[in-house]
Amino acid sequence: MSHAADVRISDPSAAQAAHPEANQAAPRLRDSFIELPARERARALLDAGSFRELLGPFDHIESPWLPLQGIVCQADDGCVIARGTIDGEPAVIAALESAFQGGSIGEVSGSKIAAALEMALRDCERGKRVRPVVLFETGGVRLQEANLGLAVIAEIQAAIVALRRHVPVVGVIAGMVGCFGGMSLAAALCSYLVVTKQARLGMNGPEVIEQEAGIEELDATDRRRVWQLIGGEQRVASALADQLVDDDSHAVRAAVRAAFTQGVPAAHRSEQVDTFLQRLARVDPASVTPETLRDVYNPPAHHATNGEQA
Amino acid sequence: MNDTTITRGARWFRALAGEPAGNGSVWSGDALLGGETARFITVVPDPANRFPRATTNVVGLEQGWRLARAVREAIDADADPSRAGGMRRPIVAIVDVKSQAYGYREEMLGIHLACAAAVDAYASARDAGHPVIALIVGPAMSGAFLAHGYQANRIVALDAPGTMVHAMGKEAAARVTRRTVEALDALGETIVPMSYSMASFAKLGLLDQLIDGVDADAPDAAQIERVRDVLIEQIRSARTGDRTLARRLESESARLTRAASIEVRRRLAEQWDAV
Amino acid sequence: MEHLTFDYPARRAVTTRAHVGVVGSGDLEVLLSPASTSDTSNSDNALSAHVVVRTSVDGYGHIWKSVLDRFFTRYDGAAQIEINDFGATPGVVALRLAEAVEAAGEGDAA
Repeated sequence: MSHAADVRISDPSAAQAAHPEANQAAPRLRDSFIELPARERARALLDAGSFRELLGPFDHIESPWLPLQGIVCQADDGCVIARGTIDGEPAVIAALESAFQGGSIGEVSGSKIAAALEMALRDCERGKRVRPVVLFETGGVRLQEANLGLAVIAEIQAAIVALRRHVPVVGVIAGMVGCFGGMSLAAALCSYLVVTKQARLGMNGPEVIEQEAGIEELDATDRRRVWQLIGGEQRVASALADQLVDDDSHAVRAAVRAAFTQGVPAAHRSEQVDTFLQRLARVDPASVTPETLRDVYNPPAHHATNGEQA
Repeated sequence: MNDTTITRGARWFRALAGEPAGNGSVWSGDALLGGETARFITVVPDPANRFPRATTNVVGLEQGWRLARAVREAIDADADPSRAGGMRRPIVAIVDVKSQAYGYREEMLGIHLACAAAVDAYASARDAGHPVIALIVGPAMSGAFLAHGYQANRIVALDAPGTMVHAMGKEAAARVTRRTVEALDALGETIVPMSYSMASFAKLGLLDQLIDGVDADAPDAAQIERVRDVLIEQIRSARTGDRTLARRLESESARLTRAASIEVRRRLAEQWDAV
Repeated sequence: MEHLTFDYPARRAVTTRAHVGVVGSGDLEVLLSPASTSDTSNSDNALSAHVVVRTSVDGYGHIWKSVLDRFFTRYDGAAQIEINDFGATPGVVALRLAEAVEAAGEGDAA
């Protein structure tokens, strides 16, 4: 506990504030969410002034494993945990920093997420609801911590399954790294997924598919193809994600708030086993395309207005 | 699949649970274990799988959703609290999965969700009071292990060549980290979480028992009986503890190799409520 | 990976702290906080600043010294400065140091 006062970095929109007369007439400038580092993304989603970081850089809980391999640590291990409020309700946000080791999950960064969800669960069980948000920007397990990365992802998944009985667990995938690996499973366990067009959500990265299955299976350099298969727009159109938003902090924040007002869905996507087995049976592996898939996974009759997972 | 090419998953399923109900890529069935009915589940190669990238012992689309169904059948069967004194049957995940399936169809059709469905089912079973035991008889790799086994209350493994837990196969990991396989092995000697050996996995506090002296490929009756006894004991133990994964941080090994995981939780709890 | 330390005389106490940057390729993070007052190597209780650098690039100790020497000609706070560097150029290092000073509200040093 430090006696020194924390002073945060000056607001990036300070330039805007310097010319208020320009703002009164002009439309509000778009504030890119993607360009924000993890800490500022978390701040942007919490009610103004409510941001309080836990286990921040000055707590110095770092990877015990990276220095053994000559890799410089980041003081927060690439994960920001922040408490605050969302629409006045207590909240906690876990935000992965993609600039550090691709947002990969190490023992500490993953444990921070698991611990935050476990604490939220403890509060919920005691009648104090906490709104959890996870900002998924990650390639998955940090290979330099291999088995611990994998283990903590299992712990994150366990915490999401338990917590989402009490309160929606809201995931955000913004890009540009996207959400891959074991964390894509965690994202799929969330009650709601808010994604941008730039986002990607997949279990194996395109490079890994190309490497394991050959370039005929997937050309990882074909960006158009990649986004067609696993990009944010396709995921929402095929009901594998819930809300498509512009790359704008205000839009992401509004979508997150709206997700919470919808409450816990009657059945999470990952619980709809018979539904998806039936859908898979209707798919012809030889001819299915991203477009035809949309009709199978998100049939027009089931377009929901209340955010129930299709 | 004839007896000479049978995979470990299939062999151990037959040894412990007899013939599976139904066929395809996921075998499941109920059999007696220590005097009670237990559900056994495993993934086997499926040369006739509709998805050409998912015909071996991998967790693909159908495997993920079928694993989920196999688990949920057990949850539903025992859901009535007046049945069997409220006792939930054990669920034994026999783990022999070399990876998740790699393919563009898999990604497009949401393999991440199919695997999440299996995670969900196993975690829900555990939360409902089913003792979930993972019996590792071969590879337990990456997303496939997350889906099938890693949500268990207890994890045990045969101490045999070919059983391993890791985030990525050795050759692929060598390519990605731009090292040789030999260099990776050397790294694993000093950096415990990077090792491919089951003994190192045990050091992380994640393994409840390493069963030695068992021929994973051709066990005799006595060895099968010994594995059965281990499962029975782990089931008994699982019923005495809580239903969460918190136990994974409580062992002596975990206190040593997962000190940071424990510290994170301790400090986060201290800072959780504003002073 | 190298671990470098530097000490500089200071003329005033530092009362705030700030963090800037990320440990991404070509970048660094800077943690600035009040220097520890229990530094026993400081025999006459003179104020001093202490810099710890962890860098992924070996062999550039002289460049780090040069960048820090220049920084401390304009900065006189008794700060603990921790730098985690992933191959930033001297220009980026100087920029991040300046950002940290500004973020800490220490910007009046000149």
